[in-house]
Amino acid sequence: MDKSEKLALGLSGALLILFFGAIMYAGIAKDIEVPTCITDMEPFATDTLFQTGPDTYELQMVARMWAFQPSTVELPVGTTVDLYLTSQDITHGFKVTDHNINLMAVPGAINYMQVTFDEPGEYVFACHEFCGAAHHTMAGRFIITEETEPISENLVEVK
Amino acid sequence: MDNAGTFRFTKSVKNLNSVLIIIPMVLLFIGVYGGLMQTLFRAGIIQSDPFMGGDYYKGLTIHGVLNAIVFTTFFAVALGNALIPYSLKMNLNSKVAWASGILMLVGSILAGLMMVMGEATVLYTFYPPLKAHPLFYIGLVLLVVGSWVAFFNWIPMYLKWRRENKGEKTPLAVVGMFTTFIVWLIATISVAVEILFMLLPWSLGLVDEVNVMLARTLFWFFGHPLVYFWLLPAYVMYYSFLSKLADGRLYSDMAARLVFMLFVVFSVPVGTHHQYMDPAIGSQWKLIHGIFTFAVALPSLITAFTIAASLEYSGRKRGGKGLFGWIFKLPYFEKDKWFFSYLIAGLVIFIFGGISGIVNASYQMNTVVHNTAWIPGHFHLTVAGPVLLAFLGGSMYLISQFMGKSVKMKGWTLSVPYIYTIGVSIFSWGMMRGGLIGMPRRTNTGASYANPESILYQPDWMPYIDISVIGGVIMFIAIVIYIVTFFATVFSKSIVEEPEAEVSFPISEPLHNEPALWLRNFKPYIIIALILIALSYTPVIYDVLQSTYGGSLPYSPDSPVPLR
Repeated sequence: MDKSEKLALGLSGALLILFFGAIMYAGIAKDIEVPTCITDMEPFATDTLFQTGPDTYELQMVARMWAFQPSTVELPVGTTVDLYLTSQDITHGFKVTDHNINLMAVPGAINYMQVTFDEPGEYVFACHEFCGAAHHTMAGRFIITEETEPISENLVEVK
Repeated sequence: MDNAGTFRFTKSVKNLNSVLIIIPMVLLFIGVYGGLMQTLFRAGIIQSDPFMGGDYYKGLTIHGVLNAIVFTTFFAVALGNALIPYSLKMNLNSKVAWASGILMLVGSILAGLMMVMGEATVLYTFYPPLKAHPLFYIGLVLLVVGSWVAFFNWIPMYLKWRRENKGEKTPLAVVGMFTTFIVWLIATISVAVEILFMLLPWSLGLVDEVNVMLARTLFWFFGHPLVYFWLLPAYVMYYSFLSKLADGRLYSDMAARLVFMLFVVFSVPVGTHHQYMDPAIGSQWKLIHGIFTFAVALPSLITAFTIAASLEYSGRKRGGKGLFGWIFKLPYFEKDKWFFSYLIAGLVIFIFGGISGIVNASYQMNTVVHNTAWIPGHFHLTVAGPVLLAFLGGSMYLISQFMGKSVKMKGWTLSVPYIYTIGVSIFSWGMMRGGLIGMPRRTNTGASYANPESILYQPDWMPYIDISVIGGVIMFIAIVIYIVTFFATVFSKSIVEEPEAEVSFPISEPLHNEPALWLRNFKPYIIIALILIALSYTPVIYDVLQSTYGGSLPYSPDSPVPLR
């Protein structure tokens, strides 16, 4: 192996280690994670939203052909939501615009991610996994209002 | 070198290889037509197309299966059927070779018919609980089994050659083709398990329910190595042909062998990086698959160096001066070296395909791009970039050799990769940019998000959807030119006198040729691969089985009510 080749190999390895270091930094220092295996949650078939603290909510969302339930979620700005997602029928996908939240909704499993809304506005989510003939109409939105009080009519059911 | 020169194939093998190239070329074109229609559907320009009707998702299934699975598998088999006998100077067992070809053809036609009839609108990932007709699954199994038979036909030849040539290096092209099919064999076992033990009995009604997460996990065990099954035949052509076409030498033989062995080791234990956003798999196991994915990027980075160094050697030999002068001396526009353009254009595209692939593999970063239009933007820069162009160039070369024709319309043939590169760059830029602002993949946006009359209309996405139409049209034009030149060559008069005339391939000789004794045997690398697979997949499968509940009944794409 000649010198330039060794150098190229070394630089390639260093580059990949650098990328890996960035991933570890994001995970440990910035607490950015991907969904993990959820075992402490009972399976659910209906959607529920309830308040768990001053600025925290838990949302159990159900994806089905061809709607998210709930499809519109109104919350005050500064809210953190524990979002649980499952599917009632086939595989669906869920991504919120301008937020790093991206989940697969798979029947027989519960997915989870936490999301915080810091800016008021409307954030669309569209199904991104093919789920049949009307897949392209399966969408919903978060409406984040300036209100700081929780919006009570939005609370589907309180545990 | 021992593999230089020419070789006489039997007439039967020549005919077989011609069939294995011509029929998939027709299927490829059907798929490419579908691709053009999909860009128009997505932009809302059409709501229905004259041949495939108004079902976007049916066309998308056909596009994915025919282009990414059928065409690629046939070409990989044809390339092996060509390069292995040629490099080892040994004839194929033509009966076994034909049996493999017939299995693959029957399988592809069955799967193709089911898709055209609308009985298998499940996209090329066929995730349950969307159910396809049983014949669709059977067709895919036959295609895969046929490719296995082709591989099993080469193994005794390889072993015999190794016995008779003790102490000699196996020709590089053979190492490359064996790497391709070792990866393929290991990977397809998992999809065979998924289909034979889960989807097929469930589709036939013998079992009621299927575990969707388990099926997804088995699919991606296969789905990512599939990427290398596409890429590796292109690598074989880069390493074997490119330097020779540029009048140079392959910079390092040992680096090439190291690359292939790294692919054997790291191609498979990486599949969960397609499931970063899935439930029921612990994030720590996802991270391990991510690390292995970075490991498998290493051979591609080594390839980038070796190929660039080989091209620099060629360019300097052709009179290139200074630091960058060699770049301008390469045979980009020499009609007799038309094959060079297919390989070089693909390499340029692959710079961007590779970078975007590393983005996808980067764990948390995947949150931004997963299942958005970024993903098809990315893989059109890989499988529909370097892989497609190398396979098109290779198909033209193989057909001219096996049918004894000279390539027609060489100027047009030469222009195809450059036109295509412009098209795919525009297309993928539109898709990727749109994906970054949330535009989903696999979605008929024309009927909702791109329709100004719909309440779901997303004006922000429109420029990117329109850009991808422009790119798609240019890509389609390039492929039409290719198909015309391809069939002009196929139907031209033969230039050889006898049917068994010798064929030859532009096999490069190495510049640095080290003994590389530690890279001569696949066995230790296969063993390491199997250990890594066991270590990386056992906890994933355990998590899936532990945390999922209930099974899924089959669904049709047309109704939210299960089929039984």
